[in-house]
Amino acid sequence: MTPPPEWLDEEAGPIVRPYALTRGRAHSSADDMDLIAMVTAVGKIPRDPADIGPEQWRILDITARATSVVDIASELDLALGVVRVLLGDLQDQGLIRVRPPAQVAPLPSERILKEVINGLRAL
Amino acid sequence: MAFAPSDEPVALKILVAGGFGVGKTTLVGAISEIRPLRTEEVLSDRGVGVDDVGGVETKTTTTVAMDFGRITIREGLVVYLFGTPGQERFWFMWDELSYGALGAVVIADTRRLTDCFPSIDYFEQRGTPFIVAVNCFDGAERYEPDDVRIALDLDPEVPVLLCDVRRRASAKVVLVTLVEHALKTLTAAQR
Ligand SMILES: Nc1nc2c(ncn2[C@@H]2O[C@H](COP(=O)(O)OP(=O)(O)OP(=O)(O)O)[C@@H](O)[C@H]2O)c(=O)[nH]1
Ligand SMILES: [Mg+2]
Repeated sequence: MTPPPEWLDEEAGPIVRPYALTRGRAHSSADDMDLIAMVTAVGKIPRDPADIGPEQWRILDITARATSVVDIASELDLALGVVRVLLGDLQDQGLIRVRPPAQVAPLPSERILKEVINGLRAL
Repeated sequence: MAFAPSDEPVALKILVAGGFGVGKTTLVGAISEIRPLRTEEVLSDRGVGVDDVGGVETKTTTTVAMDFGRITIREGLVVYLFGTPGQERFWFMWDELSYGALGAVVIADTRRLTDCFPSIDYFEQRGTPFIVAVNCFDGAERYEPDDVRIALDLDPEVPVLLCDVRRRASAKVVLVTLVEHALKTLTAAQR
């Protein structure tokens, strides 16, 4: 029988090893990637497809259209830190393009904010 | 102005902060579909060094679920809402959450007004535009927004409003007030 997971308190989840997917690596070139940075697959074929795990194929699939880091994490139901490592690998291999929010919205323009205000009112 | 072509998606980030149990999750849920977002709290980061067992780092973490909501204004324009965890042990996430944020809603409960001081201090120091939304709990004494403003020692330009975070219409007014305030701050800075 496997021992029961160790609990911290009722709020903390069980102690887990979510980094099994990343072969234990907790850091990558994507450590500082913003939560709402936009990720787009560039459509290149990986040099060695065996380097790409199933979760990374899913990321390439999802990001055929620009998708934010949080939406990727939510879609894959993986913790943000894990997703960042997977994204870092894809970035190192030149398979994705990452656009930080500063470029997406260099201080959002007045026009965008007015659009947001009207959109919220219309909800 | 923006160099991004108009078909590049634009994402904006709004934070929902405030003390423990003040109604952050309720507000995000009232106005958007809450989606799961998991992040980890690092319990210990024993980086064992690159040359140890094939560069395997051990990181003992516990998964924390965060409030994360998404409002699609239109195709290519999305507002993300992040509930900033109230407990002090989650403060490590605040810098990341507030980086590049359009603004923040600080929810206050008049029965425990001082609980929102840390949030207010934080956004004041970072220069993040914020508003204070006073969540009117049943049975709590009603205060006028101006009383709250004085009690919290807020700058006159910071909007303060009463709300009921359980009601969608009220949550909408809260967000509109914040974005209008952010817009005002932005245009004032450009002058
Ligand atoms: N009567 C009343 N109850 C409320 C109101 N807002 C929230 N609640 C209740 O208060 C409790 C706490 O609300 P949450 O939205 O979970 O608060 P929170 O800020 O997310 O709490 P933490 O994440 O634990 O810090 C829940 O049981 C809500 O149903 C309100 O305006 N009136
Ligand atoms: Mg909550």
